Amino acid sequence: MSRTDSRGLVLDEKLLFESTSEGRVGYSLPQCDVPEVTPDSKLLRDEIADFPELSEVDVVRHYTRLSTWNYGVDSGFYPLGSCTMKYNPKVNEQAARLPGFAELHPQAPEHLSQGALQLMYMLQRDLAEVSGFDAITLQPAAGAQGEFAGMLMIRAWHEAQGNKRNKVIIPDTAHGTNPATASLCGFEVIPVATDGVLSKTAIEAVMSDEVAALMVTNPNTLGLFESDIREICDLIHERGGLVYADGANLNALMGISRPGDIGIDVMHFNLHKTFSTPHGGGGPGAGPVGVVEKLLPFMPTPIVVKEGDRYKLEYDLKQSIGRVKGFAGHFGILVRAYSYILSMGGEGLKRATEMAVLNANYIRARLEGEYDLPHKQRSLHEVVFSEAALENDCHTLDVAKRLIDYGFHPPTIYFPLVVRGALMIEPTETESKQNLDEFCDALLAIADEAKKQPELLKQAPVRAKVKRLDEATAARKPKLRWVRE
Amino acid sequence: MRYLPHTETDIRQMLETIGVTEIDELFSGIPEPCRLQAPLDLPPALSESESMTILRALAEQNAKVSEWDCFLGGGAYNHFVPAVVDHLVSRSEFYTAYTPYQPEISQGTLQAIFEFQTMICQLTGMDVANASMYDGASACAEAVLLALRVGRKRNKVLLSEALPPQYRETIATYCRYLEVELIEVPQQDGVTDQAELAALLDDQVAAVAVGYPNYFGQIEDLQALAAAAHAAGAKLISAVAEPMALGMFKAPGELGADVVVGEGQSFGIPLSFGGPGIGFFAVKQKDMRALPGRLVGETVDLDGKRGFVLTLATREQHIRREKATSNICSNQGMCTLMVGIFLALHGKQGLRKLAELNYAKAAYAKQQIAALDGFELAFDGETFNEFVVTCKESVADLQQRLEKEGILPGISLIKDYPELGNGLLICVTEQNSREQIDRLVSALAGGEA
Amino acid sequence: MEFPEELKYTEEHEWVMVEDDVVTIGITDFAQDQLGDVVFVELPEVGDQLEAGKPLGVVESVKAVSDVYSPLSGEVVEVNDDLPDEPEMLNSSPYEDGWMVKVKLNDSGELDDLMDAAAYQEFIEQD
Repeated sequence: MSRTDSRGLVLDEKLLFESTSEGRVGYSLPQCDVPEVTPDSKLLRDEIADFPELSEVDVVRHYTRLSTWNYGVDSGFYPLGSCTMKYNPKVNEQAARLPGFAELHPQAPEHLSQGALQLMYMLQRDLAEVSGFDAITLQPAAGAQGEFAGMLMIRAWHEAQGNKRNKVIIPDTAHGTNPATASLCGFEVIPVATDGVLSKTAIEAVMSDEVAALMVTNPNTLGLFESDIREICDLIHERGGLVYADGANLNALMGISRPGDIGIDVMHFNLHKTFSTPHGGGGPGAGPVGVVEKLLPFMPTPIVVKEGDRYKLEYDLKQSIGRVKGFAGHFGILVRAYSYILSMGGEGLKRATEMAVLNANYIRARLEGEYDLPHKQRSLHEVVFSEAALENDCHTLDVAKRLIDYGFHPPTIYFPLVVRGALMIEPTETESKQNLDEFCDALLAIADEAKKQPELLKQAPVRAKVKRLDEATAARKPKLRWVRE
Repeated sequence: MRYLPHTETDIRQMLETIGVTEIDELFSGIPEPCRLQAPLDLPPALSESESMTILRALAEQNAKVSEWDCFLGGGAYNHFVPAVVDHLVSRSEFYTAYTPYQPEISQGTLQAIFEFQTMICQLTGMDVANASMYDGASACAEAVLLALRVGRKRNKVLLSEALPPQYRETIATYCRYLEVELIEVPQQDGVTDQAELAALLDDQVAAVAVGYPNYFGQIEDLQALAAAAHAAGAKLISAVAEPMALGMFKAPGELGADVVVGEGQSFGIPLSFGGPGIGFFAVKQKDMRALPGRLVGETVDLDGKRGFVLTLATREQHIRREKATSNICSNQGMCTLMVGIFLALHGKQGLRKLAELNYAKAAYAKQQIAALDGFELAFDGETFNEFVVTCKESVADLQQRLEKEGILPGISLIKDYPELGNGLLICVTEQNSREQIDRLVSALAGGEA
Repeated sequence: MEFPEELKYTEEHEWVMVEDDVVTIGITDFAQDQLGDVVFVELPEVGDQLEAGKPLGVVESVKAVSDVYSPLSGEVVEVNDDLPDEPEMLNSSPYEDGWMVKVKLNDSGELDDLMDAAAYQEFIEQD
């Protein structure tokens, strides 16, 4: 590969290791102002073979070029269902980089970390207000880890009551993390089939005194509010179980309905979804967990508490499940989320939810005739179409790839599994009507292309950095690192 | 609200297209008893200048390492971050993207991760590295789970007492409801006690986990520990909380480690009160399919052009559900990028020199402090940029005394290692000038001891 | 899609070829088509005891994982060592190069529970 492969300004770029020149440097270090000493040479390694040797300019160009092959929320509309790709406000980024936050050592004495602790305390309080829970832990690093912490608390609570419950009910619409988390906690999974929403009778049929909890996503992955949720929670509670909610879709509920008020016992938040922190190309996120009062003693430590006018990290929870990671949480992400809440205020958060739901329903209304909508109930923040109406053997994957040629990031595809060839669209509240119209126009044009020129879909994308990639070969003969040929 | 673009006219037109008259009708799927009856009790929205004023005021209450003589380490390290790192990660094509599920428009993220995986392999001396875990502690816990998976029926794991306490606590949480017995191997002179280890190893042990450098900053004899573990059929997990050490000390892979995990914060990631950092995770070829987390692999597109994709996804939760290797469904994307940029900038020569600079500074401080009355090095043996001293004076008094002089002298070990007496863990990096070290030494000497 | 007459079939989409008391087992053309490009195969070891209805191995495509269930009980006497290196043979040649294991039967009576080609074809058409 060489730079001459570039098409216009779609610049090509070799791997770091292929651009290396022996002896080239991209760093500057202070002079050694103490005696130079080295340890026993037996302990020392040889130079790291093939490690990069580049100038600062090389490195800057390299990553700048790579960045141009990416599509982010700042590039355009990014309607990934279930991921809530809302705009990431720039003030949040600036806040997280304030030296008083970025340069604070986690082992600094408490009285020299009061600002950070106060921010965490207030974020705990605000998340509790939005969700209706009694207490919040900010420690989990991401939604999946929040889920893990939440399910451990459920297990610990049962054990403290002397219950030997080892099963968990999980509906088939759930995220894959739910069963994976349950088994990490040593639970056996009882799957439940749903028809759009959970029915009380379906839950009743599998509920027993071996069931520790129900794991539920509300609104669920079809964007539907679980209308029987209160009755279902009552049933689970009457039979001695607890209810865990996956908070991935909280963006549909802010200021409208609070999980903690309607019978949910534990829920994780995804700050990178609902509270606008960037997805970062795959992370870091943050996955705080809210709990009802009876689960408070089991929370992971540390949590932030206030004593008089001082804030402190509390490590002393006798029944705590322990820590799930190092230190107190993804603090840099917590700063961004808190900055977002300050910018939005209570009314603003509610408005965000209303606009997110408006946008999803607008897309639904504009596409419903051309794309098959398997679940017709009133949906909230996202809408899920199937591939049933596509003609000429065109599939969801083809529609997704063709959208790239139209300049959009595709929606989530093939999830949830209960919809054949699912096309799961979550526009979020930060998109204008113009953006939504352009996106809907593109999807309608693609449906028409599927009828008249299906090859346009099959070949797509043709306007991206690369064409469709051979994923089968990648998996058959895994090449997971560069090595000198 | 500046993030919400709709005008009243937009809203009216959209409601009309939907076929409703009020926004509230869109929420008709939520039964009345589930509705919140009062507005959220949160402060009103603030302008950008107002919210930044509040945030700045909070930030100002905290100790910035640049304004203190900071000798704190213990899993989070004060290293210099070149301007290039933050500048490049601030490109929003990187940080506002999601997981690269659509490879055709995510080649930037994918190639950067592929390069990260490669550099982690080179640094650790391993064959395969994943796209990262949450942090060093949770990566270490996942390493224990991996060892239990591939060790089939083995159900004991030995944890060195010199493994960072937070790592041991996290492992305990992850293993809480699994059928596994966690056994601590005592330290002897600051390193894992080999005689005790030999006595504890049997055919039920799936893995032995040790720090490298360990929590006391000591360089463990990994080769001997690996040989002992392997003789019993167990894996050796090497946890590297301060990977700067790998710039000069032998790679764990070279010394026989089977799994190398660690924390990458030292490489270009701000301290940020302990997070986000990044967990790295590397194994030998034979355990590739047992890896948790995401992996990026090389392939070609329809035109035969090189490209990168997420691969071997069948290990993961969204496909294997309850049988997945982990429930993790993210990586520390933005932090992977920081580490990649930092390593690319420093490269072969720079990383070595940086490591040697850390070593020399710490060696100087160690020598000076050891010569003081009332202070003793707790252990013999080689250390990297951290070391433990025992003090006559109580550590709390000493910390308080030095704080008045603008010095954060180190981490007290009294809670985690009471048997050491007044143990203080001191960390010296390239950020500490000789002047700062001399100030620390004379401040320590100024005590009543 | 082909379903050779001389083979026997299961509802889990495996085929069985009988030669005296040793049977060869693989997955059907229908199964490979449903899975798509096979990228990884996990097989038992020679000497393993298989139990009818229990997993004998795993087949993975890019985005799916399937257990392969043993149709019969017995001891594994041979495995297709080439298959893990060339899993694509399951797609290109499911009945020949893509065979998975040979098993010495414990109870040849279990063969009576299997379908013939016609019955299997009817089964997948209904499904």
